Amino acid sequence: MLRALTVAAAVFVAAAGVAFAAGEAEHPHDHPFSFDSPIRGYDMAAVQRGFQVYNQVCSTCHSMAHLSYRHLGEEGGPFAAYMARNHETGEEEMVVGKPAHGGRFVTVTENPYVRAIASAVTISDIDPASGQPMDRPGRVSDHFRSPFPNEIAARAANGGAYPPDLSVITSARHGGADYIYSLLVGYTGEVDGALYGNRYFAGGKIAMPPPLAEGAVAYADGSPTTVEQYAADVTTFLQWAADPHMEARKRMGIIVISFLLVLAGLLYLAYKQVWRGESH
Amino acid sequence: MSGHSTYEPKSGFTRWLDKRLPIIRMAHDSFVAYPTPRNLNYWYTFGAMLALCLVVQIVTGVVLAMHYVPHINMAFASVQRIDRDVPYGWLIQNIHSVGASMFFLAVYIHMFKGLYYGSYKAPREVLWILGCVIYFLMIATAFLGYSLPWGQMSFWAATVITNLIGALPMIGESIKNWLMGGFSVDQPTLNRFFSLHYLLPFVIAGVVALHVWALHETGQNNPTGVEVKSKADTVPFTPHATIKDLFATALFLILFAVFVFYMPDALGHADNYIPANPLQTPPEIVPEWYLLPFYAILRAFDFNIGPIDSKLAGVLAMFASIGVLFVLPWLDTSRVRSMRYRPAARQFFLIFVVVCLVLGWCGGQNPGRVLAQSGDFTATLRWVEGGAVSARAFSAPSEEQFDETAAGMRETATTEGAAMTMVSRSNATDARMMSVVGGTPQTQTVSARTIEALEEAVQEAKAEIGARAPFFVTERASPMAFTVTRLSQVATFYYFLFFLVLLPLLGLRETPGRVPDTIAKPIGGQTQEAA
Repeated sequence: MLRALTVAAAVFVAAAGVAFAAGEAEHPHDHPFSFDSPIRGYDMAAVQRGFQVYNQVCSTCHSMAHLSYRHLGEEGGPFAAYMARNHETGEEEMVVGKPAHGGRFVTVTENPYVRAIASAVTISDIDPASGQPMDRPGRVSDHFRSPFPNEIAARAANGGAYPPDLSVITSARHGGADYIYSLLVGYTGEVDGALYGNRYFAGGKIAMPPPLAEGAVAYADGSPTTVEQYAADVTTFLQWAADPHMEARKRMGIIVISFLLVLAGLLYLAYKQVWRGESH
Repeated sequence: MSGHSTYEPKSGFTRWLDKRLPIIRMAHDSFVAYPTPRNLNYWYTFGAMLALCLVVQIVTGVVLAMHYVPHINMAFASVQRIDRDVPYGWLIQNIHSVGASMFFLAVYIHMFKGLYYGSYKAPREVLWILGCVIYFLMIATAFLGYSLPWGQMSFWAATVITNLIGALPMIGESIKNWLMGGFSVDQPTLNRFFSLHYLLPFVIAGVVALHVWALHETGQNNPTGVEVKSKADTVPFTPHATIKDLFATALFLILFAVFVFYMPDALGHADNYIPANPLQTPPEIVPEWYLLPFYAILRAFDFNIGPIDSKLAGVLAMFASIGVLFVLPWLDTSRVRSMRYRPAARQFFLIFVVVCLVLGWCGGQNPGRVLAQSGDFTATLRWVEGGAVSARAFSAPSEEQFDETAAGMRETATTEGAAMTMVSRSNATDARMMSVVGGTPQTQTVSARTIEALEEAVQEAKAEIGARAPFFVTERASPMAFTVTRLSQVATFYYFLFFLVLLPLLGLRETPGRVPDTIAKPIGGQTQEAA
């Protein structure tokens, strides 16, 4: 029996090997992201830098229609602001990111960072006075501005290819964040007409030109301005965008599972107590 | 077990109520004093978990329905809004989607338990059939619910399943259009699926009430399959069964929580995060994991059976695989209930469990995937070196006569001394024949593991030989391949064999082990079920 099992296992392994060799795309690179661990949250500095990369590079073609600017400043968002007391000066001052202890959350509408991001965008709207189309500065309640009015316009501007919406892109692809990161750094440099060689894309050729170039986005915090760094940052941002409540989810998970473990322990003791002396 | 009621109302109000609506008496008799066999093991605790699952799905579902918009252009965005903006919407949505999987996990264990201990046998046939009805309604509800987020997999699963019903002769097309509310999956489909997805759980709840009623009429089966004979065989439901169910349910909830909080998407498909697009078929259309075995049975039929084409055969087999459960009480002829005392049947049951898992695995694979092959793909190249090459154009009088004409041309060339000939056809009737006279015939054989690699190797070999050969004659040979479809066929065969042949025959032919006289007094040396 054992031998039969071994043979069967060998056949399966061989079959898997064949399937792998026949596959066109490489398996995504396993990048060590901060959010991989079951306990850790997002590297918020990376999410902020990633938003910068999205805003300056990706957003020229890709929409993120399910996100609003206010999401950036909500608790758990990259630009969530808090009022905290500075221990040296004793003054209340605004900080981005939750302080280690204390800190009063600043409502999104009062958040200067988010307001600045939103007002830098021009939104097409209807003039409330005349009813005519008009442009106005963005508000925190606006959805992320889409680069194209509709899919036809997006295809027309991109040689027939449709740049997908990035709101949930890390959930919508096998391999998730690792796949997105690999794709961004996986360009081979080959060009075939309007298609670009990419090791991680099914079929090996993708319509998106290499989006990231060294030094293309200037970082204020002194992080390296390499393609790898940009890719890791923007992937972290996209993961946050697809799963903005991950930190709250993981925190609640610890509490719920701890509670259930204690409850199960108590119920087991109660069970033993009830059944003591009963043959079964 | 609906014997004499032991309920005694203690207060004035309960005495008053008991004369008018004896609902507390019913609850007391059903869930407190109700005698349960004392030897129930942990496999018997899944009923309680299933009741909990139903309540969780209904409660979370009602809340989700307050925020969900059943419109083809807004459904996907409304689910996103639930996940992002509704307070704790992410939690409720995760519980509902993971809850569907946990519900099926529990129901499968509950069903395998019933199969193993013979819980479908007299007098529990109706209890079993009601359970099958619940299971069938669960499948329908889960399928309807899966279409609501209106992602790619939602849309295409709905399209595939409704089209399957169209395969039924005569009535299929009408039923399909009636289900879709039109000629394709569209807004009317989404609207009615939402309506039915909201309705069916309450139908399930009704059938669950009947299921529990039937259970309390016949009493629970137990691992020995021996009926309760005296009070010594039983313990009161509360606290004995209640506390055991609660403990097991707590463990089940821990697993549930691990998925909800740490792997909420692990049981779903990435494609369902892409909004539905009727113009773009996803590379693979697969159902959720709990329906994969049926999907494998459906796809196992890649051949026609007489007048029944493969599609209809697959659909019929898929429905039959659930239908056979309904008649199981009359298929099993054994007089011994529990497989604990049926050594032969137990072996076949274990194989059956493995076969169900294999079917599930097959359902998730590409049906053409090769699991094992007898050898390599080979191609033999033949060519002639250093001969005199000549070419001749010819045409056949009609398309039907082309092969005949070509064969004639070749024969003529061969009798004229050609070592090799090749016909290259340019259209239906016209072709050119190349032939080579003299020279030395050469052959070369290349082989490769896959057909793609073989074509590559053939091209390489041809490039290497190059101009030395005027043309090639290539003969390809494929090895025998064992694909996922073949494995599904074997597994499907066993699935039906188990119910339709093994269970009826085993009951008549096997020699069962010694069954204890009562639950309380097992035979000496008989090991207790290690739960």
